Amino acid sequence: MINSVTSSEPIIRLKDVDKFFGGFQALKKINLNVEKGERIVVCGPSGSGKSTMIRCINRLEQHNAGHIIVNGHELTDQVKDIDAVRREVGMVFQSFNLFPHLSIIDNLMLAPKLVRKTPKPKAREQAMSMLERVRIPEQADKYPSQLSGGQQQRVAIARSLCMNPEIMLFDEPTSALDPEMINEVLEVMTDLAKEGMTMICVTHEMGFARSVADAVIFMDEGEIVERNTPEEFFNNPKSDRTKLFLSQILAH
Amino acid sequence: MSFEFSLIIDSIPKMLAGIGITLELLLLSMVIGTILAIFILLMRISNRWYLCWPAMSFIYIFRGTPILIQIFIIYYGFPQFEFIRESIFWPMLREPYGCAVLALTINNAAYVSEIFRGGVNGVDRGYLEAGAALGLSIRQRFIYITAPIAIRLSIPAYSNDVIGLMKATALASTITLLDMMGIARTIVAEYYAPYEIFISLAIIYLIMTWIIQNAFGLLEKRMSRHIRQ
Ligand SMILES: Nc1ncnc2c1ncn2[C@@H]1O[C@H](COP(=O)(O)OP(=O)(O)OP(=O)(O)O)[C@@H](O)[C@H]1O
Ligand SMILES: [Mg+2]
Repeated sequence: MINSVTSSEPIIRLKDVDKFFGGFQALKKINLNVEKGERIVVCGPSGSGKSTMIRCINRLEQHNAGHIIVNGHELTDQVKDIDAVRREVGMVFQSFNLFPHLSIIDNLMLAPKLVRKTPKPKAREQAMSMLERVRIPEQADKYPSQLSGGQQQRVAIARSLCMNPEIMLFDEPTSALDPEMINEVLEVMTDLAKEGMTMICVTHEMGFARSVADAVIFMDEGEIVERNTPEEFFNNPKSDRTKLFLSQILAH
Repeated sequence: MSFEFSLIIDSIPKMLAGIGITLELLLLSMVIGTILAIFILLMRISNRWYLCWPAMSFIYIFRGTPILIQIFIIYYGFPQFEFIRESIFWPMLREPYGCAVLALTINNAAYVSEIFRGGVNGVDRGYLEAGAALGLSIRQRFIYITAPIAIRLSIPAYSNDVIGLMKATALASTITLLDMMGIARTIVAEYYAPYEIFISLAIIYLIMTWIIQNAFGLLEKRMSRHIRQ
């Protein structure tokens, strides 16, 4: 009994989190629990605070009130805790953000070498196996600018995976991509989900949400308006704001 | 007006005897100035007022005054202070050579630190966020992400600066140094043929500029290989 209680301690906990940019409140009393292995899709209109919320989870943004506890570490000003959290939390950005001056393989090896102190041969081996996992081992020696957007985003995912994170955050990973490249990235993300990775994905790819997510969260104006299973979310949304939003994106 | 080519032919080798000093002044103030510039840059972007303010004052003063004045202050002004005459730097500051190197170095450091700051500011924040998200410390992000990208961004402006510095070395002739300019001035005083001599000298400087420009062009090309398709 005690065991089952401790094992259900959420791996990510946001409790009454507020975030201000100057006088503007971007997050309003956000409460969110994510269990280990859970796959959450976050959607909502532009400016609703989706990016801000997931960026608070690895402290790319600092919250102003409330508590954020990730993998047992509460995020405060303590550099130690921030580093400990960032090592375990991977993040994939809309704009890929591969290091332009490093080859693909060096992009993948940099953090393991510097942060985990992995010896170079080991780091290389691991990087190659990650590139195989995202299905582009043949691009290892190229530079980011020589790859297509879809390839770059898969490299970015592989780069995060090289740190063996417990949790992966995705901030609209496919919205900067040409339509024909979206699927190759979603496939890699789906593989990850099947392997049991804890994931929070900000995305408007509703097909992905339906097939992969355990829960869909709808945000609007800095609040979590609704959290539901994908089925309920799409077929039977509770709030009017959700309905309006769904009618807008499904109209496309 | 007559234009004597024989004088040009004769004077060029004489002026080239001073190229060693010109190059020494250039290389010393470029290398030491660049190292100094890195420290000033780090102070300037440190977000700590007691480091930032001295760096900003340094930059403001040495970029904001003619380098000729700086040379004169160091050469004519410093010896009047007893503590300078008694310091370990005196053997260097007693010589015009040391004064010229010091003035050029300081001046160059002020410019180069601003050039590097431009490069640092030009680095896309997204790369640094990616580094932070991977767990790199602030220092690691600076060394492995910001610095290499900023250096490449700085090359065109830096190359301009080196050309400017090379031309500025000619000012050392005002405090009796016999660099190429110093030699040219003695020849002019002797033969009174300013056109021939100074035009030949200008051509020598132009050739040096051409070499510097191309060297940096190659460097930039090499460092940008990741950008070409
Ligand atoms: N650094 C910042 N400074 C000031 N305001 C900001 C900053 N970052 C975000 N905001 C504001 O906070 C609000 C939430 O932004 P956020 O980027 O989280 O929205 P989002 O839901 O991710 O939107 P999108 O779908 O356009 O990416 C917006 O109104 C935005 O203008
Ligand atoms: Mg966003």
